[in-house]
Amino acid sequence: MSLVFLIFLPIIAALFIPLLFKKIGQIHTGWFVLVVPVILFIYYATLLPTTMDGGTRVSEFQWIPSLDISFIAYLDGLSLLFSLLITGIGSLVVLYSVFYLDKKREQLHNFYVYLLMFMTAMLGIVQSDHLITLYLFWELTSISSFLLIGYWYTRDRSRFGALKSMMITVFGGLMMLGGFVLLSIMGNTYSIRELISQAPELLGHEFFTWALVLILLGAFTKSAQFPFYIWLPDAMEAPTPVSAYLHSATMVKAGLYLVARFTPIFAASGTWVWLVTGIGLFTMFWGSFFALKQKDLKGILAFSTVSQLGLIMSLLGASALGFHVEDAAGTVFKYAAFAAIFHLVNHAVFKGSLFMIAGIVDHETGTRDIRKLGGLMSIMPISFTIAMIGSFSMAGIPLFGGFLSKEMFLTAMLAIAEFDLFSMDVWGILFPVLAWIGSVFTFVYSFYFVFHTFAGKHKPEELPKHAHEAPIGMLVSPAILAVSVIAIFFIPNVVGDWLVKPAVLAIQPFMYSNPEEIDIHVSAWHGANTEFFMTLGIFAIGALLFWSFRKWKQAYDAFPDSVSLNRLYDSFMYLSDGGANRFSAVYMTGFIRSYLVYMFGFVVLIVLSTLVITDAFVLDLSNTAPIGIYEIIILIALVGGTITILAAKSRLTAIIALGAVGYSVALFFVIFRAPDLALTQLVIETISVALFLLAFYHLPKVSKKEERMGFKLGNAAIALGVGITMTLVALASHSQKILPSISEYYKETVYSEAGGGNIVNVILVDYRGFDTLFEITVLGIAGIAIISMIKLRLNKKEGQHENK
Amino acid sequence: MRTNDVMLQTATKVVTFIILMFAVHIFFAGHYTPGGGFVGGLLTASAIVLLMLAYDIETVKKIIPFNYVMMTATGLLLALGTASASIFFNVPFFTHAYDYFDLPLWGKTSLHSAALFDLGVYLVVVGVTMTIIQTIGEDE
Repeated sequence: MSLVFLIFLPIIAALFIPLLFKKIGQIHTGWFVLVVPVILFIYYATLLPTTMDGGTRVSEFQWIPSLDISFIAYLDGLSLLFSLLITGIGSLVVLYSVFYLDKKREQLHNFYVYLLMFMTAMLGIVQSDHLITLYLFWELTSISSFLLIGYWYTRDRSRFGALKSMMITVFGGLMMLGGFVLLSIMGNTYSIRELISQAPELLGHEFFTWALVLILLGAFTKSAQFPFYIWLPDAMEAPTPVSAYLHSATMVKAGLYLVARFTPIFAASGTWVWLVTGIGLFTMFWGSFFALKQKDLKGILAFSTVSQLGLIMSLLGASALGFHVEDAAGTVFKYAAFAAIFHLVNHAVFKGSLFMIAGIVDHETGTRDIRKLGGLMSIMPISFTIAMIGSFSMAGIPLFGGFLSKEMFLTAMLAIAEFDLFSMDVWGILFPVLAWIGSVFTFVYSFYFVFHTFAGKHKPEELPKHAHEAPIGMLVSPAILAVSVIAIFFIPNVVGDWLVKPAVLAIQPFMYSNPEEIDIHVSAWHGANTEFFMTLGIFAIGALLFWSFRKWKQAYDAFPDSVSLNRLYDSFMYLSDGGANRFSAVYMTGFIRSYLVYMFGFVVLIVLSTLVITDAFVLDLSNTAPIGIYEIIILIALVGGTITILAAKSRLTAIIALGAVGYSVALFFVIFRAPDLALTQLVIETISVALFLLAFYHLPKVSKKEERMGFKLGNAAIALGVGITMTLVALASHSQKILPSISEYYKETVYSEAGGGNIVNVILVDYRGFDTLFEITVLGIAGIAIISMIKLRLNKKEGQHENK
Repeated sequence: MRTNDVMLQTATKVVTFIILMFAVHIFFAGHYTPGGGFVGGLLTASAIVLLMLAYDIETVKKIIPFNYVMMTATGLLLALGTASASIFFNVPFFTHAYDYFDLPLWGKTSLHSAALFDLGVYLVVVGVTMTIIQTIGEDE
């Protein structure tokens, strides 16, 4: 099977979804959709032995060969790991959504089309070896995320969240494109593999730092790093399966993937290490701290995701240190990359289950407000168990997978303090400290999430619905994930050998040439060392803070809402929206005559000044046709007609005079032997007079209003200007033939090449077919515009703006 | 507003068909002699407009029950389809093909893919013109 084709399998399947939804409505559309990620997951799983040996698979499909753009699917350990996550979590999420979304009330066809579109885009990101197609898929995830967040588009908050995520991630995407272009200029190739192989030469290039910063902007916006994380909490307006899938397990990890993928190129740079590790760690702290301020279950999880993404990001940054240490594979610096990938897997698993539980709570109680929830433990025992497993893994408690990667995270952060390049010897100690504080708050919010929902007093009077346990089908997916959380704790080295080590090889090719060389063995107990005591400290302080949470949670009120990143975004949007409106209101008067004045004014200005500046005006009357009696008569009719239009007191007279002008022009065509033009002109004149008469019927009564003299003079100047310009251009172009006429070419080829006889028509349909194609498209658009203007006229009283 | 002009109506019954026949002729003649899809379309539209003037929009709608928006869309699709069909024969976008055939009744005839494109143009022109006239005409 061709790997490139498999990327497009979901989006091809999406084509049939609306049909299935309409025709086979009694079966939930999700069941059909489920087939796609399951097949892909099984197929990708069969490739695991290949990457375990350090092997790769490549397949290529030429898309635009003339621009050197092609779809290249390149599967190594890192890509395969992500592909498995995308299809694996994808299958579970689709299964969950079958029970979450009602088949009668929801627009399932929209939902699943967007979801499958996203799946293709995400697979494309992690498998593309070509920078441009990678960018293409990257933006496609932004678009499908936009559509999914705005799935319940009648809600204001959904539309707001959708737009916010789109604005921020697309901004980052564009920056990233800039970085990609710089990279391709530096390395003279679009292939990531080739760029990695010439990494040492790229280092000294003047664009290097620019490319680095731009690409990081893309990664940070997508992976919700500080200060760009603000879109993620608002993205929680999406249906919960989407939050579990896009906004915790896959899409937000695209930024991590990007950083991991480009580590071999940028690892040599101190800027890279500082930015990735520093921003990541700060985000981890910031997210975990503000998670406790949230009242919405999904809000807590959103901030928690931000924090965990920061954690993985900082580990990826630390993995670049291995580049600078001699024989890093034997030192403490070897752990960072492994910990990053290991925690990425853990996070996808436990956070997916937590989101699904949040969705279940919302579904069965009708609210996600943690202040109204409580005491659900006895009502929803299975959900509670799953939530507890997920939260404890997140908090880093033993017996759950998260504990192992959390320990390695602390090891890696402690290692940074020992690093002596890039002035880390001075500031390095900050990293483990910040990591420790962040971990304490992670512990607290994990407990906050699970115990404030499930423990405490049940408050049935505050719940919109009578609470009960979720249907079994809805619990299957989170239960599978919860079992995996525990399984990972007991078989970490299987996960390590199968998934993590092949991926680490892709991040640190400068340290290893084969996954088997990676000498890391995960064990739950590794002696009473510094990280062990740090963990004990986290548990102790965390538990203390959790018990006393009610006493100190007022501290969060000290952070005013008026000074926040969200407020900054809002005022930016408000100012750009309002500013643009005010600016366009200055010249968009609503009067066609104003627009005509602009257009004609600019035509006169540009053409006349070009004539003068390039000194193009030449007058040569030697080669002109004689002026006969017919021409003079038609000319008199033309001028007479035009003056009649201007002088006419009634509209009817003006319309008829306009028709007369048109017919006179047609007569000119007859005299100059252009039957095609004459015929067309005659018919057009007839139809447009009919049209004018129709429109005339609807026009308001003419009111006699004397315009100001200045206005009239201005119009007269423009009219004269247009006339003079056209005359000068016509004379000048007739008097000098700078380029040989193309008509000879038409004459020679019209029969031999185009198989026609009438040059005018062959030009229309063949030589210049593009023009015609676009002209009829414009005609079609004009038709639609007129329908919408007349049939769909907005009631003035209704809002002028959709968001007001 | 219902008109009842006997002279106009009688003349229209004859003239409309003459214009329509001429429009068809002009359309097919286009490749070798003056004419083509654009003029043909306009002529057809003018024939229908004449009908509308002589009778009224409602009557004409009953006689010619076309959805002109669909007609426009069909025309655009046909034009775009003809233009893009060439990429399946591994030649650049918009490459036309033609050949000469001996057909019964017609004798030696040239068949040209440009005619299909022109048919698209024809449909769009009729569709849009009639859409505009009908929408404005029906507006109260």
